[in-house]
Amino acid sequence: MQTVQTKSIQVKGLQKSYKQLQVLKGVDFEVEKGSIFALLGSNGAGKTTVVKILTTLLKQDGGTVAVGGFDVASKPDQVRQAIGLTGQFAAVDEILTGRENLIMIAKLRYLKNPRQVADDMLKRFGLTDAADRKASTYSGGMRRRLDIALSLVGNPQIIFLDEPTTGLDPEARIEVWKIVKELADGGTTILLTTQYLEEAEQLADRIAILHEGKIIAGGTLAELKKLFPSAKVEYVEKQPSLEEIFLAIVGKKEAK
Amino acid sequence: METVKKHFFSDMGVMLGRSMRHIFRSMDTIFTVCITPIAMMLLFVYVFGGAIQTGTDNYVNYLLPGILLIAIASGVAYTSYRLFLDKQRGIFERFHSMPISRSTLLWGHVLTSLVSNAVSVVVIILVAFVMGFRSSAGILPWLAVTGILALFTLALTWVAAIAGLSAKSVDGASAFSYPIIFLPFISSAFVPTDSMPTVVRVFAENQPVTSIVEAIRALLAGQPVGNDIGVALAWCVGILLVAYFFAIRVYKKQV
Repeated sequence: MQTVQTKSIQVKGLQKSYKQLQVLKGVDFEVEKGSIFALLGSNGAGKTTVVKILTTLLKQDGGTVAVGGFDVASKPDQVRQAIGLTGQFAAVDEILTGRENLIMIAKLRYLKNPRQVADDMLKRFGLTDAADRKASTYSGGMRRRLDIALSLVGNPQIIFLDEPTTGLDPEARIEVWKIVKELADGGTTILLTTQYLEEAEQLADRIAILHEGKIIAGGTLAELKKLFPSAKVEYVEKQPSLEEIFLAIVGKKEAK
Repeated sequence: METVKKHFFSDMGVMLGRSMRHIFRSMDTIFTVCITPIAMMLLFVYVFGGAIQTGTDNYVNYLLPGILLIAIASGVAYTSYRLFLDKQRGIFERFHSMPISRSTLLWGHVLTSLVSNAVSVVVIILVAFVMGFRSSAGILPWLAVTGILALFTLALTWVAAIAGLSAKSVDGASAFSYPIIFLPFISSAFVPTDSMPTVVRVFAENQPVTSIVEAIRALLAGQPVGNDIGVALAWCVGILLVAYFFAIRVYKKQV
């Protein structure tokens, strides 16, 4: 049926306007199967709009988008079968427990053994101890972990993460990074949006910079670096960043 | 597409299960919905009741239908609130990016509204019974009353859905219910309309609450209902259809 597909996501000439405001002015990019692709841009650049169109939540005005080999406009159900979405806000049901949230999604994906699936996910994301607590009692990091776990139920081949670490503390952010890396190692294709340069640098195989509705630069980190004047050699005393200090202190405390 | 349709009822079951957990874990919402109508019932029966001439010897019997409508009107505000939260917290997006039938989420909330309002109605009827409410009605009239109340709940729930889906804030989501809660006061729910000035009376006699109240009152008293029931049903079905149409339109625009 499906020919050998090396591109999980293909976006060509994508356009979208909200009333008079043109948000996307012809966006093109491709994402290789099993790779991590970061869409980098400041607030309001249109990152979320791209994610919404790619995940069938929004219809584009122009251009074509294929996700998992299916056209998002004409085959939304097949696309939905292939994807998992972690939106900008942790979309967990706060009144349900972590376990109930997972079972609910497993049932909606018509999986054979929802309880088992939930148990496995809880273990994998270190939520077993909190499994039977209401999600409203979870910390920001736990909530995000549950949220990501929910989008992985049923093992979709392509995962969308819309600003997955916004609002998280440094530790939780590193946890999320670890999860993303593990996913990609397992062969899942990942598209993430971020406004943190460091995040794109840490995670992504390829980076595209979205600015005012267009991709203004794209490529691997090395390729992007070449776009700028060659590096000068300077001798600068290496000061630890606040993040490194924070993590060192907190890490020491936990080790005790 | 076919697999999605095939699973409509199982999806629906999951959504309903979710909503039922919401209700039973937030019983306080049901108490909140019950408490104002019960307080009003106490106030009208034991404070104002002695001075109100309704032509019946049992004012609780006279009052109960209107109180039930007030309870439902305030109860549906929670549907609006829950829908708004689902929209705001990205639950909509989570479900809509999955291969499930899109309307199940909305219907899950609607069924929840029916169940939670039924619970409040039963609680209030029990309190009314303690206060002296008696009915000579048999099974059939009670079924008819249940049907009218269910239809009324359904109609207002879809109105609530429009409010919840289009609201910009939590307060906005539930504000729509205030005028509806107020409607029974300008109807025959508390006092006969004869005593009102002409303009008010014309409004009172021709607004939906009066015919619904009169129909329920007659059914519970074991009296012939006349054409009130027809008018009541027409109002409920009319509101239901219009609200459903707009709610679906708003919903489709957002997903």
